[in-house]
Parts: sequence; C-alpha cells; structure tokens
Amino acid sequence: MTMTPGRIERRFDALRAQGRAAFVSFITAGDPNIEQSEKILAGLPAAGVDIIELGMPFTDPMADGPAIQAAGLRALASGQTLRKTLGMVERFRKTDNDTPIVLMGYYNPIYKYGVGAFLADAVKAGVDGLIVVDLPAEEDAELCEPALAAGIRFIRLLTPTTDDKRLERVIGNCSGFLYYVSVTGITGAAKGAQGAVGAARKRFAAKSDLPVVVGFGIRTADAVAEIAAVADGAVVGSAIVDRIANNLGPGGSLSDEGVRDVLGFVADLASGVRRTNQPVAAGGAR
Amino acid sequence: MNKPERPNSYRSLPDADGHFGLFGGRYVAETLMPLILDLEKAYREAKADPAFKARMDDLMKNFVGRPSPLYFAERLTEHFGGAKIYLKREELNHTGAHKINNCIGQILLAQRMGKKRIIAETGAGQHGVATATVAARFGLECVIFMGETDIERQKPNVFRMNLLGAQVVPVKSGARTLKDAMNEALRDWVTNVDSTYYLIGTVAGPHPYPELVRDFQSVIGIETREQMLAAEGRLPDTLVACVGGGSNAIGLFHPFLDDENVAMTAVEAAGHGIETGQHAASISAGSLGVLHGNRTYLLQDEDGQITEAHSISAGLDYPGVGPEHGYLNDVGRVQYVSATDKEALDAFQLCCQLEGIIPALESSHALAHVAKVAPGLAKDHLIVVNLSGRGDKDIFTVADALGAKI
Repeated sequence: MTMTPGRIERRFDALRAQGRAAFVSFITAGDPNIEQSEKILAGLPAAGVDIIELGMPFTDPMADGPAIQAAGLRALASGQTLRKTLGMVERFRKTDNDTPIVLMGYYNPIYKYGVGAFLADAVKAGVDGLIVVDLPAEEDAELCEPALAAGIRFIRLLTPTTDDKRLERVIGNCSGFLYYVSVTGITGAAKGAQGAVGAARKRFAAKSDLPVVVGFGIRTADAVAEIAAVADGAVVGSAIVDRIANNLGPGGSLSDEGVRDVLGFVADLASGVRRTNQPVAAGGAR
Repeated sequence: MNKPERPNSYRSLPDADGHFGLFGGRYVAETLMPLILDLEKAYREAKADPAFKARMDDLMKNFVGRPSPLYFAERLTEHFGGAKIYLKREELNHTGAHKINNCIGQILLAQRMGKKRIIAETGAGQHGVATATVAARFGLECVIFMGETDIERQKPNVFRMNLLGAQVVPVKSGARTLKDAMNEALRDWVTNVDSTYYLIGTVAGPHPYPELVRDFQSVIGIETREQMLAAEGRLPDTLVACVGGGSNAIGLFHPFLDDENVAMTAVEAAGHGIETGQHAASISAGSLGVLHGNRTYLLQDEDGQITEAHSISAGLDYPGVGPEHGYLNDVGRVQYVSATDKEALDAFQLCCQLEGIIPALESSHALAHVAKVAPGLAKDHLIVVNLSGRGDKDIFTVADALGAKI
C-alpha cells in the first residue's frame, strides 16, 4: 500500500541523512497518573527520543512482563482510559508536530471504543501508528485494514517463531516500520544476541524495504548502541518503566525531581544511537 | 443485536478461521501464531488417524472409567414432583470431574507433537489435577498456574497436584483467579515455545482450542444419547449444565444440537446476584469483547477493561465464556440463565441429602436451575443434568458459607 509520507517516514528519512538509527522509547500512558505521565511524554523529544511508543493500559496484558503489567495497573488505578490517552496525544501535538507517536496495546479497549470512532479520534489527535499485540495477520480485517485506510500505520511484531512461510503474510499489510521482537517471550525478558538480530534483519530485507526496529530486553545505552549497529532502531520499554517505578514516592506519585531522573535516564539510553556515525544497516533505504 | 440466520446444522462450526459466526477467532501475539497453526495441523491429523482414536478410547475406558452412568435421580424427582430427572455422572470419572476427558485427548496430542513440558491454568483446581494426572501418566513435566486467591480456597487440590508431581505456580497478578492464571500460562507459552504444550482446560482460547476441547468433551453427550435411548427409548426433553468457560455444557449439548426437540439450558453463576455486579454471568450480563484469543461475551467496563468475576464456585469464576456458547445464545439454540451462590448452596445440600451424592459447587448451579423448573414440568418430561464434578474439593468453602467449623 502506498501512503503519503507521514511523520514516521519523514523521521526515518531524516535519520538516514544523519546516518544513525532511531531511538524508540516506550512508556505507559497515565503511569503513574495522567499529569505526571504527560510531563514525561512532553520531555521525551528533548531527551533524544526519535519515536514515541505510548502504551494503552489494559487489565490483561498477556504479552507483557511484570514491569509493564505493573505500569498498566498504576495507570488504570489512577483512572486512565483510552479516551484520556488520545487526549494526551492531542495535547502533545500542540507543541510537537514532528515526533511520531505509535500507540501500543491490546485490542479489546479499541474494540469496545468502536474501531471507526477510535480511528477517527486517533487521526484527529495526531497518532501515527498502532501496534496491537493480539491482532495477528489472520485478523487484519478487524483493525489493520481500516487503520491503513484512515492513514494510520499498522506496525506488526515479527518474532523468531515467524518462519519464512508466514513472513510474507505478516509483512504484507505492515507499514511504518517492522518491529522485531528479538526473543520469544514477554516484555522485559533477556535480550537477543546481536548476531541473531542481524541475520533476522537480512531475512526481512528480502521481503520488505521498511525500516526494522528491534525491541525486548534492551536496558542500557551499551545495548542500544549494539542494536543500533545492526538495525534501524532500538526500543527500550521495561527499563524506562522500571525507572518510573523506582522513583515513585509515597502515595505512588512522581515528583518533578522524579520526572527529571526518568528523563535523564532516557537521555543516557538515547546516547546509545549517537555514539558513532554507524551507517544504518543495508536494506533500510527506500 | 442482529440475530444470525438459522444454519442447516449447528454442528458444522467453527469455520476454517475458527469463527462461530461473530465469535471465536485467533487473537494472539505473533509469537504464538505458528504454534496454534501447528496445533491445528496436528489435531486434524490425529482426528483422521484410527490409532489415535483407539488409544483414546482405551484410556477413556480403562484409565478414566468411562462410560459414566446416566443415573435416574429418583428422590430428587419425587421431591420436585415434576420432570423425571437423570444425572450424567461425570463426577465418577477418575479425578472427579469431566475435565479429564479433555486432558486425555490433549496429552495424546502433546505426545504426538513431541512436546516435553505441559502447562495449564486452573481455577477450582480440577483441571490442574486432571492435567497433573495425565502428565504423570505420560511422564511429562507439568507446571500449573493458579491464582493465589484460588490456591487459598482450594488447598486440597493444590496438594493433590503436588502429589502428582506438578509444580503449582501461584499467580499474583490481577484478582489472582482463573483469568490471571490464564494470562500467566500464555506468558509462559510465549517464552517457552519450542518445548511446551499449553493444555487449555475449557472451550475458550484461540482457535483451535474451543473446537478440540469441545470434541474431546463430546463423549458426554454421545454417551448420554445412547444411555437415554436404552433407558427410555427416546431422546431427553431438556439438557441442563452449568457454564463458566463452558466445556461440560458444550460436551453434553453438542451431540444434540441438531435434535430440534431437545431443549438446552446453560446455567451461569449469578454470584451475589446479577444486580449486585458481583457475578460471573458473562452471557446474561456481559458484552462483546476480545480476550484470551477469542471474541466472546465478557465482563468489562466501558473502557474495555476486564472486570472481576465473582462466584462461590472457583470453577465458574471467569469473566468470559467459550465463543461457541456466545454463538448458541445469539442464534437462540441454547437458553442461558443464571443461579446465585445461595441457590447453588441450597441445591448442593439437597443433592447430598436426597441422593447421597456430594456435587461440585459448579454442578450445583445446574441443579439449582432444575429446582426452579422441574416442579412445573410434566412427569414424563425427561431432564438430564450434567453432574460435572464431585464436591469433595468444596467442603471447606461450603462449611465456611454455612458457618460450620471443620
């Protein structure tokens, strides 16, 4: 499917010109509450984040480890809803119209919201892409196809279990970028070996010219740099969410100092993609 | 809601993608997709293999103790003074419930697929015990996920699983009951994809689980049909079963779905009462959603967040229901009703006192519905109640509810 270049495509084009990979950060919307979550969100671009993944909290996050489960429960306990998450994006867009935002979560809250209403509100708020963990290619008619028609990128997770037979089908409707989960497992699990990531990347390049970002198990600036050498982007989620958890004060809230600490940690991670002028791995050009 | 058209057969679903009309499907992470496709392939092959069926039949007869009797409940019949009541005695199976039927089928599939490690979720512990039993029988490693709340109220079953060599992992997330145990089992499966077989205990989860669990449980209805023809020379008029996920109900109902004169009633757990919001009646009081791999009726709030189920019976304490039940409700083939904790407790005691059978609290919900309708039915109206499990595991819960000390 050809699409008018959006924020995601413009961002990867710009990074290619700079000769470096993207730093992608994940936080859960509304963690630990909407005010403090918005302060973190607003500070991410200045901390060096190239693409923002914003988690839509769900009571039953079947593919997430303890860190992101806990973040979701904190957000829900503070009253976060999908509508409020879209509101956060809308307010973010008033000061930043360049940094791509990808919403990540599970299908049921979107289904309950109503697919048509959700996509309309997401476009209006300035959402660029969706990652919906429990919608495989087999269920593309549910959300993927309507999202693409609405101009929202549908980013799918590719995993080590995605064999060549499935690859074509899985990649078929992907847009924006490919998200390679480097290990089988839940978020926060051990990281995949750099060599295996490189090999997988080559396999995808044969089928698609979309950029490949790699996530799951990346927790330090060194690990970010390692992945940045072989992929078009590195995602850090659980480690940032853990940092939020570690900064929670009495009553489960985050002080301004806590927000600064989290953003400082993000800036350190983001330095991993800026260490050397490593060329973006072959196959990333379109 | 648009009522789907009446199909030529109610027994031809799911379709190739695992849909029962609007219900079912495969809503899982990509990591799991290749696994459930493999499972489906293995199941199709096993189904077509006479050796698989022969092995299964032998184990059902000699290990499980099938067929289970269809027993005329003379004193309950006299007591209600109406319909003639039969009990399908699934509680006499090895391990004390219908759960073992499905476990035998799936352990043979796991073995066929070369899997070495079995995982399962459990609520009341009956499915956990049944899984631990077949894993022991076949020498496979077994890990059971069980909510901490359920571990507390079903201690005897936890110990039984341990005796059978299974590791019971306490689940501390969410409300710490069946739904959370299922989340944790899915997380384990996503992590240990190569070695592990996930033995789902009910007709939920992604396709092909609702189909294959139903097929393995259909032995209940197939036997009931033969037994009733032998006893009364005709088919029953009404079938009654409790429904949480819904495997004992679909097992009894499915072989009769195309017999138009056989009415079917499934009884959900109304907990403290539907109006209190503390119940597990996802068809009677829930709405459509997607959870644990399929689209079905769920207990959820306006934001699509899953809400906690409540039932005195741990086996019914689940905020969803198997997708085929959602379909059978919408096409009007099966009637879905509910019974409260209190009604189930009353029926539990009545069955103990009149029939000398201690029923599971789950099955007591089905008996509670019979107590409501049997008196008003003709004496030649034949009712079959699925006595899906025995109540020995529940004596502590019941004692607690009755204010007795043991």
